[in-house]
Amino acid sequence: MVEIHRHDIVVVGGGAAGLRAAIAAVEADPRISVAMVSKVYPMRSHTVSAEGGAAAYVPGSEDSLEKHAYDTVKGSDFLADQDSVDYFVEQATLELTRLEHWGCPWSRNPDGSVATRPFGGMTVPRTWFATDKVGFHMLHTLFQHSMRFDRIVRYDENFATRLLVDGGACRGVAAIDIRSGAMRCFLGRAVILATGGAGKCFPFTTNGTIKTGDGMALAYRAGVGLKDMEFVQYHPTGLPGTGILITEASRGEGGYLVNSEGERFLVTRDYGVGQKAELGPRDMISRAMILEIEAGRGIKGSYGEYMNLDLRHLGEAKITAKLPFVRELASTYVGVDPVHAPIPVRPVVHYMMGGVDTDLRAATPLAGLYAAGETACVSMNGANRLGSNSLTECLVFGARAGVEAVAHARATSVGDEAPLRSQTEAEAARIDALRGRKKGGEKIAQIRHEMQLSMERGCGVYRNQAAMQQTVAELAQLKGRYADLVLEDSSKVFNTEILQALELGNLLDVAEAVAVAAAARRESRGAHACRDYPKRNDQEFLHHSMVFFTPAGPRLDRKGVTITRFQPEERKY
Amino acid sequence: MSELRKRTFVVTRFDPDVDHAPKTQSYEVACRPDWKVLDALNFIKDEIDGTLSHRWSCRMAVCGSCGMNVDGEPKLTCKTSLADYGDRVEIAPLANFPIIRDLVIDMDGFMEKLESVKPWILVAKQKAAEEGTNRQSPEQLAAFKQFSMCINCMLCYAACPVVSQEPHFLGPAAIALGHRYNMDSRDEGAAQRNRVFRGEGNVFACSYANECSEVCPKHVDPAAAVNQAKLNAVIDWATSFVVRREG
Repeated sequence: MVEIHRHDIVVVGGGAAGLRAAIAAVEADPRISVAMVSKVYPMRSHTVSAEGGAAAYVPGSEDSLEKHAYDTVKGSDFLADQDSVDYFVEQATLELTRLEHWGCPWSRNPDGSVATRPFGGMTVPRTWFATDKVGFHMLHTLFQHSMRFDRIVRYDENFATRLLVDGGACRGVAAIDIRSGAMRCFLGRAVILATGGAGKCFPFTTNGTIKTGDGMALAYRAGVGLKDMEFVQYHPTGLPGTGILITEASRGEGGYLVNSEGERFLVTRDYGVGQKAELGPRDMISRAMILEIEAGRGIKGSYGEYMNLDLRHLGEAKITAKLPFVRELASTYVGVDPVHAPIPVRPVVHYMMGGVDTDLRAATPLAGLYAAGETACVSMNGANRLGSNSLTECLVFGARAGVEAVAHARATSVGDEAPLRSQTEAEAARIDALRGRKKGGEKIAQIRHEMQLSMERGCGVYRNQAAMQQTVAELAQLKGRYADLVLEDSSKVFNTEILQALELGNLLDVAEAVAVAAAARRESRGAHACRDYPKRNDQEFLHHSMVFFTPAGPRLDRKGVTITRFQPEERKY
Repeated sequence: MSELRKRTFVVTRFDPDVDHAPKTQSYEVACRPDWKVLDALNFIKDEIDGTLSHRWSCRMAVCGSCGMNVDGEPKLTCKTSLADYGDRVEIAPLANFPIIRDLVIDMDGFMEKLESVKPWILVAKQKAAEEGTNRQSPEQLAAFKQFSMCINCMLCYAACPVVSQEPHFLGPAAIALGHRYNMDSRDEGAAQRNRVFRGEGNVFACSYANECSEVCPKHVDPAAAVNQAKLNAVIDWATSFVVRREG
């Protein structure tokens, strides 16, 4: 028997996008009840690790909506859907203002107005910040604000394993209650996926261990396409070894990137970033760093070669005031005080531009299913996201998903529970069969490790056809071996091994979609830099990639890009 | 590559479906010199014993998941260097909480305490987003900023001598959070929160031990918040008489 929990809307994921969606839903209709289903307590969600800021036009500043839209589209290498970008920039200021009203401790100018800082690829300072712990403050503000609504019912530490679909519509999710090990059936007339990205497909990432592409995999297996998955953002500045993020705000506040010769290579050499230098977009700077290392100007360390991020000229006062978390992280994790020494950094997997195919309404093609935040591809980031757009994106499209889900729920009847209950029972049986399955070949860690290394080889900063094809083949083989996984833990209560096994299954599906889409895009655009095809090719590839699940393996398709006022042009800074 | 150092980790194990009481299990691990305590636990989980359960996520000291008692002291395991420990390291769940499984504690009570202090901006009339942002000077921000830095890691509850005697005590993090909103120039809800502070399990139970601030990995200084909250709750209570008399 499975427990059944009935609500109007089921939100999966308790980060910025999921919390914003839940709040928007209960505010849109005083009768709506929302289940907040999250595999971790919401304040543990990975939004917490975002550091640098959230972008939005500040009324009365030198900025404009058009400038923000243009910067975003240019940053995307013209692959963003411009109607999504327009909606995003229009809503951005209102959303960050709401967070201000809800208590977010935005850093301030002396006159009490909200302060902004420069960020990569943005032509004017429009990045709102709360020192360098912006994701942390946004997440805690949203979570604490959500507590005032009794109609947001939290199911903390419940791990969704399957979308419940009947009659062509999504009507709920099956989830494991981690504490008891029991399977639960969460029924709703609409479901919103807000489970974040999938950085853990890679060995070296800024992402926390919970970022396993769960929502992407759930939607994919339910027949919804994944869009633009080949575009994986490498952040230029992660700590060697751990991959811990050192925020772009370090450069926004004036930090330099230097090579082994002490040279600011982004200034002295032509890497296409022009006058922007260290404030160029992430894809270009990550490539420049790899080329510097290949040219023998990397600095050797015990976790591979790196570059130096030098903040010393900013002085202790500014570092303490604006970048206290950077100082804490560098001191704790690499033993460097940036006041006195440069921080070693390497390009590191940070963000998935691709995700669950959604439209301007945050709706997927499956009736009743919505998605927002990094899980979704709406698509406003195209081939390369600009730093500080994604926190705002979580709010803008999280809110939209909440409102649209309410509208859908109002127009939809509850329907027959029986097929949904039986799907949940089948899911319970599948997972119980996996729990503590002693026979079999390999451990989770072995397969995960090989997947991650294969993804790094095939889908790194620079890619080539042979390596991508090899990764596609290796992933197919790893999926076969995954089917023969050995598990040691047969217990029910807080069995984290079964969770890791299910998360690995999600990662393998998402990784395969990334590799297959990458191998098919025979051009270079944004974060997809292909050595065999070094130029952008609008003639053949100015389209979104779509990957669909089939039992025989991924099926590729394409989808048009919405281009309105900004015609594609050469992307030079 | 520097030398690996072999250490024995003595880890609390407990599965409520099998065990009557928590027990310990030892694991030998060759540790890299730059490892944190969490790295050793993850090595055990991945390579030695898949049945070990512990919570963690960000591994950069901001998500607050991985608090445990290390050699008897509450620590954020992702931030705690093994270099500061000997050849034998004891890892136990955070003290003063019920255990669900192995190193995983039950935090339901903590979540209820957080919610009870109404940790959101209370205003008579919610502004519309179209009205724009509030003005808040850097000084007004500084009045509460420190108390907004809590990551809910619960180390302060594991260290608090009052929590260990009186489980209903609101505790350092919840009081600091309520105080954070009371000190926010945008908030109008101090009277409501002060009633909570003066109620059952109230702020006056604090015995000034200061253990909370000593273990806080984020320098929130919850002890200072508790002391300020006590004072404000008293002033607020006294003022209420004056106002009532005047009214």
